[in-house]
Amino acid sequence: MSSPTAEARRDRIAHIVATRRDMPGALLPILHEIQDAVGYVPADALPEIARALNLSRAEVHGVVTFYHHFRDSKPGRHVIQVCRAEACQSVGSEALAAHAERVLGCGFHETTADGEFTLEPVYCLGQCACGPAVMVGEQLVGRVTLQRFDALVKACADASQDRAAEVQA
Amino acid sequence: MSVTVFVPRDSSALAMGADDVARAIAREAAARGATVELVRNGSRGMFWLEPLVEVRTAAGRVAYGPVTPDDVAALFDAGFLAGGAHALALGPTGEIPFLKGQERLTFARMGITDPLSLNDYIAHEGYAGLTRALALDGAQIVREVTDSGLRGRGGAAFPTGIKWQTVLNAQSPTKYVVCNADEGDSGTFSDRMVMEGDPFMLIEGMTIAGLAVGAQHGYIYVRSEYPHAIAMLEAAIGIAHAAGWLGDDIRGSGRRFRLEVRKGAGAYVCGEETALLESIEGKRGVVRAKPPLPAIEGLFGQPTIINNVISLATVPLILARGAQFYRDYGMGRSRGTLPFQIAGNVRQGGLVEKAFGVTLRELLEDYGQGTRSGRAIRVVQVGGPLGAYLPVSRLDTPMDYEAFAAFGAVLGHGGIVVFDDTVDMAKQARYAMEFCAIESCGKCTPCRIGSTRGVEVIDKIIAGDQPVRHVKLVRDLCDTMLGGSLCAMGGMTPYPVLSALDGFPEDFGVAVPAKAA
Repeated sequence: MSSPTAEARRDRIAHIVATRRDMPGALLPILHEIQDAVGYVPADALPEIARALNLSRAEVHGVVTFYHHFRDSKPGRHVIQVCRAEACQSVGSEALAAHAERVLGCGFHETTADGEFTLEPVYCLGQCACGPAVMVGEQLVGRVTLQRFDALVKACADASQDRAAEVQA
Repeated sequence: MSVTVFVPRDSSALAMGADDVARAIAREAAARGATVELVRNGSRGMFWLEPLVEVRTAAGRVAYGPVTPDDVAALFDAGFLAGGAHALALGPTGEIPFLKGQERLTFARMGITDPLSLNDYIAHEGYAGLTRALALDGAQIVREVTDSGLRGRGGAAFPTGIKWQTVLNAQSPTKYVVCNADEGDSGTFSDRMVMEGDPFMLIEGMTIAGLAVGAQHGYIYVRSEYPHAIAMLEAAIGIAHAAGWLGDDIRGSGRRFRLEVRKGAGAYVCGEETALLESIEGKRGVVRAKPPLPAIEGLFGQPTIINNVISLATVPLILARGAQFYRDYGMGRSRGTLPFQIAGNVRQGGLVEKAFGVTLRELLEDYGQGTRSGRAIRVVQVGGPLGAYLPVSRLDTPMDYEAFAAFGAVLGHGGIVVFDDTVDMAKQARYAMEFCAIESCGKCTPCRIGSTRGVEVIDKIIAGDQPVRHVKLVRDLCDTMLGGSLCAMGGMTPYPVLSALDGFPEDFGVAVPAKAA
């Protein structure tokens, strides 16, 4: 089965690999650009990357899986990262983390059943004087209370609903 | 007449809502017909006051904070554009005690200038160091850095000048300058502030390093958790390039230096210099055995200067003012200043740059003003996740590399995380092992396996299962990790664990330290 979007995705990846392959140490920049473009690094892209960089598929797989940042599957519409490092722990991030799991109904490294949210741990966002810190998509938020977290989740859900309404209209 | 209003674009200010405040000010000014020039400066580093809004008045800059969008109309009503009185008014910014007592050398421009204004930068002593360096030969530049006493600010505190001398001596047509901006330690944000708030300073420092050792290409390796820093650096590099401060002919000198930002991918261990080099080369961030030193065989096998952001960012000032100026600050073998970062459960968290020798107590009481929760401080962790937990009895220790090393602690990158009396130190020790298990590169056994076993044994202690016996086992394990690991990841994870055991045995269900039992 080959939907037009899958084809477009393959073209996009081929283009990224072709433009970056000659830079020194090209693998991480290629993986970043692919993930930025399609949301994750699809397993079926690895053979092509390996060929272009004259690496084995195992080597590319090894790099993708070494780094926490790279995902091998499509994340939820909204990625929520909760800092779990010491500075945030000292101001209640563990309670916030437990609250996040409860509110979203999924654990860390998981995506909600409706595909809305992916919950991820992060070890320091550099907001250590303004913890607990959370990153929602590209939005950084400091001093996140449980109520503030609920408001952030609601804002995400509302944004999704608005988008759905737009698509229907 | 146009009034200049400053609203920071530092990511901590953004995390506290600075963009909304900036928009509210622009909207309110337009509605009232006031002419306001909005400057998005860096942060002054007083994060409990963010978003901190400043207004340039005839009497200098005055501050208001923390400002929310809802406060903006009232600020206009109070005449804040002329420095009017308001509940959020803090007076002249430079007179705020938290700032006034500091010795800001590296952070002299922080929060004062527009980070992307080259004119601002140059008007505040920017590029004075590089201008002087262009008239010196490599050996003279290196001597200046060596004489300043500057030591690596990433945490290892190795003399920067000696590292540079090794690269200068290495014979190779290709050399590199690499900036380690993988600031993964919790409780630290000084690198982030430099990249977001004064990026030209880092660019200038790296360019001087390139001139010193004959390197023509530099890489800044920034962690992916810092998207704002990456964007600011890329913008600043473009501006410096267009103005001839980077490129094939730096300000007509015929000297060449190019810079590139490389993005990390969420691996803490890539803050270790050899793992970082592997990562730039496109490999797994696995630590290399040393020797060879990166100074001899570094990036792509070539001689490489690899320094932390703050080390490189301090070089322009050393060149501009001279080694003696910088060396006159500090104590013992710790020369100059360190930008300390007061973080965690603290009332006034932020950036405090002071000469070495200031005590933890001064930082936490005079600057930090105690805990945010209002409870008593029980413990502080200095130097990131691999740093020791210090009980309050250590608060009078001067901040000095050797003074900390004397009792098995480290200053590291200058981050201080405060915990109040609700902290459970057995949990913190467990976390140290867990973090090592998550982030170990896997190359050596004590780190890769030891950390997992460490979590398991501490879990037994927490469950009350033969605590005395298991504490002894944890100490044995720590001894193996300390002596048998290739890098600081496995080799220093025992610091927080052992310091928790030594300082707080009661949290582990053992009345006295097991060592003495």
